[in-house]
Amino acid sequence: MKKHVLALITAACFSAVSASAFAADLSVSTDGSTSMEKTIGSLGEAFMEKFDGAAFTYNPTGSGSGIAAAKEGRCDIGLSSRALTAEEEQDLVGTTLALDGIVIVVNPQNPVSDLSVEQIADLYTGKIANWKDIGGADAPVVLIGREAGSGTRDGFETVTNTKDQCKYRQELTATGDVITTVSQNPNAIGYASLAALSDKVKAVTVNGVQASEETVQDGSYKVQRPFVLVTCKGEKLSEGAQAFFDFALSDEAKPIIIQSGVVPLN
Amino acid sequence: MNLLAKNHKDNVETIASTIFLILGVINIGFVLLICVYLVIAGLPAIIKIGPIDFLFGAKWASTAAEPQFGILPFILTSIYGTAGAIVIGLPLGFFTAVYLAKIASKKVRYVIEPLIDLLAGIPSVVYGFIGMLVLVPSIRSLFSLPDGASLFAAIIVLAVMILPSIIKVSITALEAVPQEYELGSLALGANEIETYYRVVVPAAKSGIAAAVVLGVGRAIGEAMAVMMVAGNAANMPSLFESVRFLTTAVASEMSYSSGLQREALFSIALVLFVFIMMINATLNVLLKRGGVKRK
Repeated sequence: MKKHVLALITAACFSAVSASAFAADLSVSTDGSTSMEKTIGSLGEAFMEKFDGAAFTYNPTGSGSGIAAAKEGRCDIGLSSRALTAEEEQDLVGTTLALDGIVIVVNPQNPVSDLSVEQIADLYTGKIANWKDIGGADAPVVLIGREAGSGTRDGFETVTNTKDQCKYRQELTATGDVITTVSQNPNAIGYASLAALSDKVKAVTVNGVQASEETVQDGSYKVQRPFVLVTCKGEKLSEGAQAFFDFALSDEAKPIIIQSGVVPLN
Repeated sequence: MNLLAKNHKDNVETIASTIFLILGVINIGFVLLICVYLVIAGLPAIIKIGPIDFLFGAKWASTAAEPQFGILPFILTSIYGTAGAIVIGLPLGFFTAVYLAKIASKKVRYVIEPLIDLLAGIPSVVYGFIGMLVLVPSIRSLFSLPDGASLFAAIIVLAVMILPSIIKVSITALEAVPQEYELGSLALGANEIETYYRVVVPAAKSGIAAAVVLGVGRAIGEAMAVMMVAGNAANMPSLFESVRFLTTAVASEMSYSSGLQREALFSIALVLFVFIMMINATLNVLLKRGGVKRK
């Protein structure tokens, strides 16, 4: 009910501004993953530009909340930076929009520059507790991670198969904090979105493969996760939501997705 | 004529008192709303998890396959962290207050007091940011630890953050002591320092206690600054280990939480709320006792 009223008000506002009554009807609300902010934000901008006067909203709440919002009908499209679980797939449909590489970062002073997925898992579960075991300096490993519920953490722990076993020294609430902390401590190792990588830290190669758009897309870079659009099963999307959905998955949107630092699905 | 004027005055008074009554009720309404909401949102998870398991469980793993919701590490960390901040901040703040209220020249006080106000006005995220960039790396190299983000770092940041409130309230308390006490003591032959510490400070004791309680309240409720320097791993508290406070437990997981995890976060907020209520009650008792004594 509330939503209808809101839509009406939005529509009224837009028809007042623009003469095109057709475009005024288009509105889409998205809700979910904060890691998808850059991607979904630029898609939204391009969408509003293409359909002159269309309304686009994005509520950065996190993958869990986004999935819940899609299920409860509080938004048109939920955004999740992890694949849906079997339980969630009972009522929801996940459509992969893009792939996000998770880079493993260490301090620039650290001589270690290549790790295998197993080594990363051993580091994070505490089996390898000193850098000298894998060719680094004789110093303890300091594990930096994200808080419980974070999409990046979930993606990382799923890929490395270390769920609930990581012995974090620090759990930080933002990608920027992870990068800053790793850049401050020569013994630290952390993980972050490919898009958030900065030159303050060194990205290690995984199984000899450097993280980049190409290596994520062809699957040779192993530590990666999907960006998923979540919709309700069997329920028809509103006109605006359908237009956005089609637009996001079209060839036209691919350059925009690449520009935002992630890799569109082929 | 007289009667009319009186009626008019009565009307004005009624209107004024009604307006004030409404404003007061709105204020109380907010408090009640928050109380009721916290209890409604926080109780179900405590009942689901079990009060004993929740309050005294030693392990927090909210997103594990078999989630565990024990908040004892957070409670102890909050208590230790606050106690540590008081141990460091109280002597520092108290002696500063005695100096400023009694010993310092007018000029010195004129310069220092605005600076203390400035310290109170710095946003907590700035404290946290400086702690993250300066304090944490220095603790790491000073104590040759693998990582500097620890309970100790949080205690230092909190100690600095509670200084302004301790200093300001202590100064007010010291200045409220009647001058006759001081003059009497001096007349009996005590020197100035003896007078300040033997006469003025004991007389201002309840006010200083209020300053401590206020500091405790500020320290236990701080989230942002602590989150940036404490490491936030759900360990049992230890001085140089990464720890998570009650406040940071709520703040760090809230944005991505769902289901029982989210409910449990509200329960943590409820526990924190109860702690702060107890601190406020203590403050009220102290202030009242002080009032009686001063008569």
